[in-house]
Parts: sequence; C-alpha cells; structure tokens
Amino acid sequence: MLEIQDLAARRGYVMLFSQVSFKVEAGEALIITGANGTGKTTLLRMLAGLSHPLSGKILWQGRETRAFDPVLRNNIMFVGHAPALKDELTAEENLALLVKLAGEEVALGALREALQEVALGARLTVPARVLSQGQRRRIGLARLALVPRPLWVLDEPVTALDPAGIALLTGMMAAHLSKGGAVIAATHQALDLPTGAMRQLSFQ
Amino acid sequence: MTTNSSPVFPVRTAMEPGDGVFTAFFWALRRDLRLALRSRAELGVQILFYIIVVALFPLSMSPDKELLMLLGPGVLWVAALLASLLSLPRLFASDYADGTLEQMALSPLPLPALILGKISAHWLTTGLPVVVLAPLLSIQYWLEPEVIWVLMAGLLIGTPVLSLLGAIGAALTLGLRSGGGSLLALLILPLYIPVLIFGAGAVEAVRGGMGADANFSLLAAGLLLALAGAPFATSAAVRISLD
Repeated sequence: MLEIQDLAARRGYVMLFSQVSFKVEAGEALIITGANGTGKTTLLRMLAGLSHPLSGKILWQGRETRAFDPVLRNNIMFVGHAPALKDELTAEENLALLVKLAGEEVALGALREALQEVALGARLTVPARVLSQGQRRRIGLARLALVPRPLWVLDEPVTALDPAGIALLTGMMAAHLSKGGAVIAATHQALDLPTGAMRQLSFQ
Repeated sequence: MTTNSSPVFPVRTAMEPGDGVFTAFFWALRRDLRLALRSRAELGVQILFYIIVVALFPLSMSPDKELLMLLGPGVLWVAALLASLLSLPRLFASDYADGTLEQMALSPLPLPALILGKISAHWLTTGLPVVVLAPLLSIQYWLEPEVIWVLMAGLLIGTPVLSLLGAIGAALTLGLRSGGGSLLALLILPLYIPVLIFGAGAVEAVRGGMGADANFSLLAAGLLLALAGAPFATSAAVRISLD
C-alpha cells in the first residue's frame, strides 16, 4: 500500500534520520517507537503529505507521490497532536465539519451514533471548550469511524485517553486492519493489537 | 485514476481540477461566519476601532469645514486599511494553532477554494461593515451626498482587495513566533497603496468634475486580479507555513 525508500529528514542543522525504508501492506500495522525528538512526528507528517522529505521517495501503490499529493489526500487519514476542534462549536458541529472537510457526506443520525459509540452521547450540544482532553480525543475517534480511508497515520493516538478509550481505539484499529486497512502509528505505549499484523520500527 | 486496491473501502478517485470547489467554498464561508457570530465581541472591536480612528481626526485639528471636507475621504480610506490590518492576523491564527489548517491542507477538497471561502467570510465581517458605516462617519466631515456615494462604491470594490492581498501576508507570517503582526503590516501596507490611491482618488476625480470611471475601472481590475491570484498564492503560503 505505502512504501518509503531511503527517507531522510533534517530539523535546522540537525539530521533527524536518514535511510529509513519500509513497506506497509493492507492489514498491517506499523508501530513506530522511539525517544522524544528522534523524528517520529516529522516522519508521520511526511507520510501524510504535510512536509517535504529532505531526500528519498514515498510511494502509494507503487506510484511516487509528492507533498500535498491529491492521491495521499484521498487515501490517508492523519490524526496529529492538535485535534482540529473549535472551542466555540459543539462536539456535534465540530464532527460534522471535520467529516465534511474530509469529503464525506454523513447524515446527522450517523454522526450522533458515532458520538454515542465513543461515549460522548451526553455531550452532543456542549461547546468543545468545556470538554476534557480525553473527550476531545474521542471526537477524533468518531471521525476515524466516519471517514473510510485505507491508511491511518496516527501521531500519539493514546495521549490523554483513559483505559476505556484506549480499548476503544485498539478495537477500532483491529477492525480497520481486518477490513484490509493499514495503520502507521507513533506511540510510547504498547498497543493490544493482533500480533500477526503488527510490526515495530524503533527510532534511536 | 483509482487509488485503492482494497474492495472494502469506497474507491476514492483523486478529484479532477474543479471538483468540490463550491463544497469547499461554502464549507469555509459558513463555518467562519458561524464562528464569527459565536464570538461577536471580537467583531465589535474591529468595527469600533474603525469608528474611533475616523473620529480622532476632526478632534485633532481645527473644525474647519473646508479642511474636513478635503481630508474626509482619505481619512476613511486609511482607517479602512488599518481596520483590515488589525483583523488579518486572526484570519488563519486559530486554525493554525488548533490543527484545522493542517486538516484543510490534507482535505481532498481544493485548498484555494477553502481559502477563498475564508477570505469571503473575513470580508463580510470586517470589510462590509466599513462600507456600510461610511455614510454615517462621513457626516463628521461634511461630505456631500454625491461624494458619499462615490466613497462607498470605492470602498465596496476596494475592501475585498484588502482582504485578498492581506490573506497572502497573513499566511506567510503564520509560523513566526513573535512579531508576526508587525511584519504583516510591513509586508502588506505597501501592497495596499494602489488601492488607497485609486479609492481616495475617485473622490478627488468627482470633485474635479472628471467622473470616477477611470478610478473604478482600475480598482475593479485590481479586484479581479486579486480574486484570480490571491487564493492560489495564499494556498502556497499556507503549505510553506505547515511544512
């Protein structure tokens, strides 16, 4: 599905990583671990198409892509550090806007159902400003459920989630993998995924 | 061009150029207008700033009717420029901080159309009030009714240009940690000069008996040029800021 060849990145004058190569196929999860500042976020932003690599190639289904490539934008779901929520809007309005921005049309009923699934059913109409960090993350989970994209690129997806939230996330990831999707995630925490589908890449 | 081999996921073909333009434009326009209505205090500050700047000049010089009539149109134009400049840093700042801009850049919807929607909402909330308030503020400067009409028409064509050009500067100064606002002023004010010259010049032309057609044509040409170029330039600047 996604293949990278000899990718290198630099922050200022510091070389973050070089000659990183791997391949992720349908049904596979690649978990990226490593200490803070080793370039995990930089790598994920490159995979999502948000940033230009210093050198190397990113291939989608064997075809070379550039940053902000329409092919990447149509096939990858990127969840970064910032949850992309507006404090002034309600959980429901925020989710509706994010799903529409991803180019999907979803009925209000499905939207509410997705928020029920992530245990925000009682928080539909409160402004996002009063939601906790974990609850904000859960809106992101609802977005993952509503926007079908083959590849998920997740940066620290378990941050601020409680154990129930983490279980929800790993359940969603396992379901996504079994449907033939793929996941690339950077995390410091071990995720409870089917071991056959999971590979590790560690940055030092 | 299909991009998906797995049958479970709906096959998303990369959009043709032009697809989703209206969806993207109205998505951004509606959202930004809704956000503006939810934080009305911010909106009021910009309009109040415009009113106060215009009101300062008659207070700071002799209340001579001839002098005020002469200065009035120019003062209203300069105040419109400053009001636009005051509101510009906020055009992208909150979307940049909360990650929405990232998601906009990664959306399958075309980024220039999303940005044009945002610029339109910016003009409706900051430029249009400037045009609508102009007759009221003109009273302080003894402006004649026919001059007020020319002034309003000039502002109506000119203020969208301010929003369009300003968006490029706002996007370019996004990544800066401090001093973004003052750098934005240095970057954008020189570009505003032609708009100021032709806008304020329209009033002079009418008073001199020449008619404002030439000035309006030039302003409108500037608007069309900015409308065609600014969304793309701003998209490029946004992508650079995110990289």
